[in-house]
This record gives sequence, C-alpha cells and structure tokens, in this order.
Amino acid sequence: MSTVQRNMSLTGEPPKTINTQQKIASAIGLIGLAVLFLAFFNLNFPNKPLWLTLSLVMIGTGIIWFSTAAYLNKHEGIKNDGVYFKSLSSRGFWAWILGIIVTLFYVVLYWFPQYLGLVQDGENKGIVSLFDPLSKLLNGGPASQWFVYGTLYTLAILAFGIKFILKYRHNKYEKLRTFSVMFFQLGFAFLIPELMSRLNSDSFKLPYYDLKNIWPLNYYNFEQYRVDEFISAGDIGLGLLIFGIVSIFIITPILTYKYGKRWYCSWVCGCGGLAETAGDPFRHLSDKRQVAWKVERWVIHSVLVFVVLMTTAVIHSYLGDDSSKYWLTKDVFLISVAVLLTLVFLGVWIFKREELQKDARIGSIAYFVIIIALIALHYTTGKTLFLIEAETLRQSYGFMIGAVFSGVIGVGFYPIFGSRVWCRFGCPMAAILGFQQRLFSRFRITTNGGQCISCGNCSTYCEMGIDVRAYAQKGENIVRSSCVGCGICSAVCPRGVLKLENGSLEKRINSNEILLGNDLDLMSYVNK
Amino acid sequence: MEHIVIIGNGIAGITAARHIRKISDKKITIISAEADHFFSRTALMYVYMGHMRWRDIEPYESWFWGKNSLELKKGYVEKVDTDTQTLYFKEGGNIGYDKLIIATGSTTSFYDWEGQDLKGVQGLVSKQDLENLEKYAPNNKECPRAVIIGGGLIGVEMAEMLHTRNIEVTMLVRESAFWAGTLPKPDAEMISRHIISHGVDLRHNSELDKILADEKGHVRSIVTKTGEEIPCGVVGITTGVKPQISFLKNSKIETDKGILVNRLLETNIKNVYAIGDCAQQREAIGNRPPVEAVWYTGRMMGEALAQTICGKPFEYNPGNWFNSAKFFDIEYQTYGWVFSDSRKKEYEAQFHWKCKSDLRCITISYKKENGKFLGINTFGIRMKHEVFDRWLNEKRSVDYVIQNLKQANFDPEFFKNYEKEIQAAYANQPVTV
Repeated sequence: MSTVQRNMSLTGEPPKTINTQQKIASAIGLIGLAVLFLAFFNLNFPNKPLWLTLSLVMIGTGIIWFSTAAYLNKHEGIKNDGVYFKSLSSRGFWAWILGIIVTLFYVVLYWFPQYLGLVQDGENKGIVSLFDPLSKLLNGGPASQWFVYGTLYTLAILAFGIKFILKYRHNKYEKLRTFSVMFFQLGFAFLIPELMSRLNSDSFKLPYYDLKNIWPLNYYNFEQYRVDEFISAGDIGLGLLIFGIVSIFIITPILTYKYGKRWYCSWVCGCGGLAETAGDPFRHLSDKRQVAWKVERWVIHSVLVFVVLMTTAVIHSYLGDDSSKYWLTKDVFLISVAVLLTLVFLGVWIFKREELQKDARIGSIAYFVIIIALIALHYTTGKTLFLIEAETLRQSYGFMIGAVFSGVIGVGFYPIFGSRVWCRFGCPMAAILGFQQRLFSRFRITTNGGQCISCGNCSTYCEMGIDVRAYAQKGENIVRSSCVGCGICSAVCPRGVLKLENGSLEKRINSNEILLGNDLDLMSYVNK
Repeated sequence: MEHIVIIGNGIAGITAARHIRKISDKKITIISAEADHFFSRTALMYVYMGHMRWRDIEPYESWFWGKNSLELKKGYVEKVDTDTQTLYFKEGGNIGYDKLIIATGSTTSFYDWEGQDLKGVQGLVSKQDLENLEKYAPNNKECPRAVIIGGGLIGVEMAEMLHTRNIEVTMLVRESAFWAGTLPKPDAEMISRHIISHGVDLRHNSELDKILADEKGHVRSIVTKTGEEIPCGVVGITTGVKPQISFLKNSKIETDKGILVNRLLETNIKNVYAIGDCAQQREAIGNRPPVEAVWYTGRMMGEALAQTICGKPFEYNPGNWFNSAKFFDIEYQTYGWVFSDSRKKEYEAQFHWKCKSDLRCITISYKKENGKFLGINTFGIRMKHEVFDRWLNEKRSVDYVIQNLKQANFDPEFFKNYEKEIQAAYANQPVTV
C-alpha cells in the first residue's frame, strides 16, 4: 500500500533540485569539509591556523548561504515542500550515504582516535593537529579528538541554528528557543569548559565540566576521579560538585514543574540542540507507530534503571566504611538510595496511580522489586552489590549507552530514524524529566476545540514520534512524557489547533472527547 | 446480531462506525470504492506537495480496523434495494443490511461547460483526483500552466499545490475579490493580495466559457467569457461540490440536492440513514445551509447517529458555526456568522482591523441596534474556539468581545499581540448610526 503511494509521488518527478546560489553555497561548504578530509588523510597543512580558519569559515558560510538562498526569497511560513521527494530527507540514497559517513566518523572518534591523528605523547598529526592552534588559543594545550568533535559540534549547532531560524523566521518561539540552544552550546558546552581548563595547574585541577550537562545524561559526573578532583580543587570544586547534585535534585524538578521538560530538552541540552538544528531536516522520520511507543517506554526506562544502578555501584565502590572518617559511608549511601527510590515509588503509587498505564505499573513494580531485592541480597549474603562489579557496570554503560546509543545510533542514524532517536529511546535524563513532566508539571499542549481536521502534519513533524493527531482530533490535551516542547506541531498545524502552554494542574489532562458545537447532552453520552 | 452497513469511509462514516463500536457489539461493515482505509480528505494537498506520504494522512494504523472488528469492504455500490435491504456492487455480488448508513460525501460540481470531460479537467475531492493531478501535472515540463476555475478553499489549495511544483497558475474568480461570496470585502481583498504575492495569476471578475481539446482528447486551453484563450495542461474545477448520490437514482430513497434527512438523520425509508456531505436537512438549521460540506459536521453527524442507532434517539444539533482554513501562509478561523457583502443581513454591522503587514486582519460582526456580538473572522491570529463559543452562547456584546479579546488569543507563546492595536482601532472608528 505505502510503496504504491510512494511510487505515485515519485513518478511525478516534482522539482527537488536546488537553485544556483544553493549550489555555489554547497560547493563552498564541501570545500571547507574537504580541507578536514585532507587533514584526516594526513596532508600536513603548512599554515595550520589559516587553513583551519578557512575550513571552518567555509563550512559555516556554506551552510548559512545555502539557507538564505533557500528561505529568504520565499514568504515567511512553513517550508516543508518536497520533504518526502528529496533523497536526503526521505531515506533515499543520499540519506544512507550521509548516515554511513557520520556513523563511521563516530566509530573512529570513540574507538580509533589515532586515525584522527591523536598522539598521546608527542605532536598530534592529521586532523587533530589541524585543530591544535585553536585548542592552544582557548585552553592552552594541544587538541584532542574531543576538542575536534566539540568544535565541529558547536559549529554545526551555530550554522544549522541560523538555518533553522531563517526557516522559522515567522515564529518567535522557534527563534528564541534556537538562540537559546546556540548560546548554551557555544558558551556552556564549548567556551567555558575550555577556558576553565586554563585555570588548571600542577596544584589545581578541575574536571572538564559542561555545567548544563546534568547527571544522568552526564553519567560520569560522580565517578571517583571527578569527585576527587572536585574535592581537591577546594571551594570552587566543591561548589561545582554541589551544583551537580542540586541540578538534578532541585533545579530540574522546579523548572520542569513550571515549564515542562522543554526548558532542558529543546532550550538548553546539547544533544537536543544538535537534533533541533542539524537534525531538523530529518525530524519527520521518527517512527509514529504505536508499537514504537511501546518499545520506547521499555527501552528508555531500562536505560534509566541501568544508569541508576551503575552510578550507585560506582559511588558505593569508592566510599569508605568508617563513619568516623566521613559521614557518607557505603551503608549510609546505599540506604539513602533505597529510601529515595522507595519514596518516589510510593509517592507515585499513592497519588498518581490512576495515571499509570498497565505497562507502567508492571514496569515500575518489577524494577523497584529488583533493585530493592539486589540491595537486600547484598546485605544478607554479602554478594557484590548488583551482582556485577561496579567497574564492569561503568564500562558497559559507557560503551553501550554513552558511545553506541547516544553517538553512533543517536546521531549517525539521523537520516534514517530521525533526529531524536537517542532523546526518545535512550536518554535517562529525558526519562527523569519526562516522568516529572507527565506527572508533576504545568506544561501541556492545548488543543483548540473542534478545529482539527486530522490532516496529520503535527504527527508527521513530531521528532519524538508522538501521534499528536490522535489527541488533537479528539480535542484532548497532549500530556506526554516524551514531548520535548519543540513547538513544531503547533507551527505546522494549518488550522491553529495546538498551543504549548504552562497552566494550572486542574483539567490539564482532559481525557474526554470534546467537540465544541455539538449538543452537550450528546457529548456526555459520548464520553461515557 | 444486527448488521450495520456504512457506505463511505470518510470522516462521517468512520466516526459513526467508531462510536457504534464504542457502545455496542453490532456487526459493522464499511464499504468504500475510493481507498482501502480512512484518510483525511483535507490533507490530500500535502501528499502532492511532499509534506507527507499517503500513509501519514491516514489517522489510524491498519491494525485498528481488525482490532475493533470493523469490517472493510472495497467495492462500488451501484444499486440500493430498500425493500429487500440489499446493496448490489458494480463488481458483482451483494450484501444485506439491517441498518444502512449512507456517508458517500461530495463530488465536484461541474456546470455543463463545453470540454469538461476532457483529460486533465478535474476537481480535488477524492483520492482519484489526487492521482489524476499527479498524472497530468507531475511537473512544469508536462504541465507548464494550469487554470483553476473558482476561488474557494479547494481552489486556493490547488493553487498552492501546483505552485510547489513551479507550475504557473491562473485562477479565474467570478467575484471582484477572492472568495468574496463568503468573505467580507476587506478580508477577501487581503487574501487576493496574498495569493497574488505568491505569483499566482489571479483574475477577478473572470469566468470560464469553454475548455478546448488537443488531438489526444486532453485539455489544451480554456477560453474565458471575454474570449481570451489561456493554454494549460490541467483545469482545476473548484466551483463547489455536490452530494455524491447518483447511485441512488433508482432507489426509493428520497433525494433533492442531497439525501433528505430529518434531525435524527433518518431518510424517508426505515433503517436507512444519511450523514455528512451527502445529507440534506429537510429544514435548514439556523443560518447553516441544508447541505453542509464541512469536516466537523460530518463528524458530529456520525456521533449523533451512532447514539440513535444504538437505541438512544439523538437529534443532530450543531452549535455555533465555526470553521477554519489556510490560504498559502495565512491561517483563517471563523466563529459565529460574519457575512460577505452580498449576503450581509440588514441588522448586521462589521468592524474591520488590518495589520500593517497585510498578513493579519479581523472582522467582527455585531447587531446594529444593540451591539450584540454575532461572529468573527480572524486571519493570521489564532483564536480559541472554546472562548468564542462561550461568548456566543452568553450573547456578549461587541464591546465586551473587543475588551476581552486577549482571553481568546491562541497564538504560540512569545508571538506579538495585537489586542491593543485592535482596541485602539475600535475606539477610534468613525461612529455610524
């Protein structure tokens, strides 16, 4: 059925080519990229600062010029013409090529940095050496593969951010949100940590810390080496450590209560930032089927449980037993974790029981029982906490979730699975925020009475794969844990049906069918 | 078990089926010759424009029908025998029913123009229309220019569609401004300017005389009433739709323009009902026309009829009129009644406000003598349905509506507000008695 329709569209050969200016802009951008490729293949550029600048400026210029040529000659408004006709944005040939290239880049970045020219002791080579001048300028030291990655990542968010702003220049919500992710990426994720590391000396060392990168997205924040560094760095370090804890336990719940998880996921977060900017052309590729939603709920919450277990085990492993030395001992910590989880579990079951779906009930009980049983087992039989060594847990999380899921699959597969695969299926931070958003938040997407025509633009362009239409056509508000509040459903709606709002908790979830204009008595029957 | 047969799988038929299923376990069969599954007719344009694939405009996944035991049958009903309660298919075979719901919707109205049967002359109502447009106007090489006859909602959709494939579009509109038979002049003129700004050759006060053929029986050009010949590959007929009821010609079901029904949506024949675009109220409800080709009225009729069929007789009782559309980049919503210049009631006065950008405007109708609020047209500013519905029911005054306009705003967060500007314009308008 679907293939027939696809062919029907494709036989039409609608215009999908780009204009002359866009061709020139693409060429400039690709030449900039080619410089990086040549450096990757060990071409030793003579004047590195010049070539690096040239390359980055050309990539940025190419992207921005391409966007102005694409959008500025058109009226302000929705720009989705031909999305499903273009190879790159409809899982065609170029989508696969791009996906494979980006995936390979991630594989090399994570596991074979030597091919990028990283030399542990001695002068860097290849592409990493090309970035040495910029690295020295910012942090005083030579570049690493992560510096190369961070620079390109920031460049992508900035340049594609401008593209996004031009595309949605009629929509102030989208513009502000994009300025925000650009600001946080450039300032918090890139410049501040680089400049902070300038403060490091032999006697003083702070861990590389992107302040907006909160545990559990920043799953390594409480690992021993970092905590040691924080503590040994005196008041500043201690302040940062406390900030890290406060971020997840105090700041996050307050902001999520007031604004929904969007304050983080589509206004601040770097992963979200890349998805919203560079990933925007692929947002419609997210899987909208109900089965995908079922898988999503199990996978993302399993990752959350995994990161909680892993972090608990890691912290537990380096804490002491002697309470006279330091109040936070292994036992105090483990009991606190158990108490906290129990409180959250009981709180939800006592106050929010009716809002839990069947699988959420099964899942929450199962995971709770398993965690508490494992902790009990540790105390009663003395077996290793969670039966697996903390270091093994840490390494497997870092490999499977930190690298493979968030990087290789999360970004490499943008052109195939859409831009928010990691955020939707994997990110434990999104799971926590989503849990709060679903149960304790003022945020919702309001629908506008009976105006919905079930056209499907909202669902199609939802990067999180939410079937927005299913709610809108019934007049129901959309209150979903996964919604990152990007606002695109509201933007693409041709009938003005959807609005992102923070409002009172009362009637936030209206599970009744509302069709304004029809007989009120009838509606009470329909809703029975 | 009672067997409910529904002809037509559009919004009316599917809503009826869903709600009957919600409250009963009757056997339900849905017949369609058009498409395998329910799709959003109003979204046809987005498939041609490449915003969505066909499957994206289907609101329910394919497992939905089996899971809710809604039997789907593909076939064209060519004869309805109400004596034996049997439907006969064009493809052969027949099916019996206990209760029959006719929800066959609309089809394009043609006005007996010479050449209207040529290849490339079409409306945009059905899936087959979409396929034909794809066939005859795939790109601007096959079809460098298209002419659209009539300027309604489907007309502007077609113009936008063809425009995305760089096909030159000429639009012939009978009135002096776009959709001026429905919109007040200032609204209509702003939309005309917007359509022209998109590069559409919009011709006012212009009508079709005849359509000329090439040697292959394909449209070659059209001739206007002033004798101008315009070459084109496709002619879009968007002068309106009419109930699709030709298959009932030899049945005992009473029809006029549409299938005549009472407020319970019953036809003259027992156990036969009609809902949606194909139904015609024996007596018009309020200012609503007896035949309403609107998405949400189909839905409401489906809901009301489901109750009746399941033993709780319910009258179709649409509340305050509302509707919405989009003209290229300008969104339009309307609540209550705002009449065009030609249909304006003698008791009706209107207040207009237009933004300097020429992309936003509102028109508010009220009663001359007592200032009672009658309705609003809003362009480029989203408003809340629920609030206007309430104000209409509460019979608020135009002053009250203007003063409280902010409450009704539904634009996304951080959007610029225009209430102050509107209030100032309202306060400063010349007094008319």
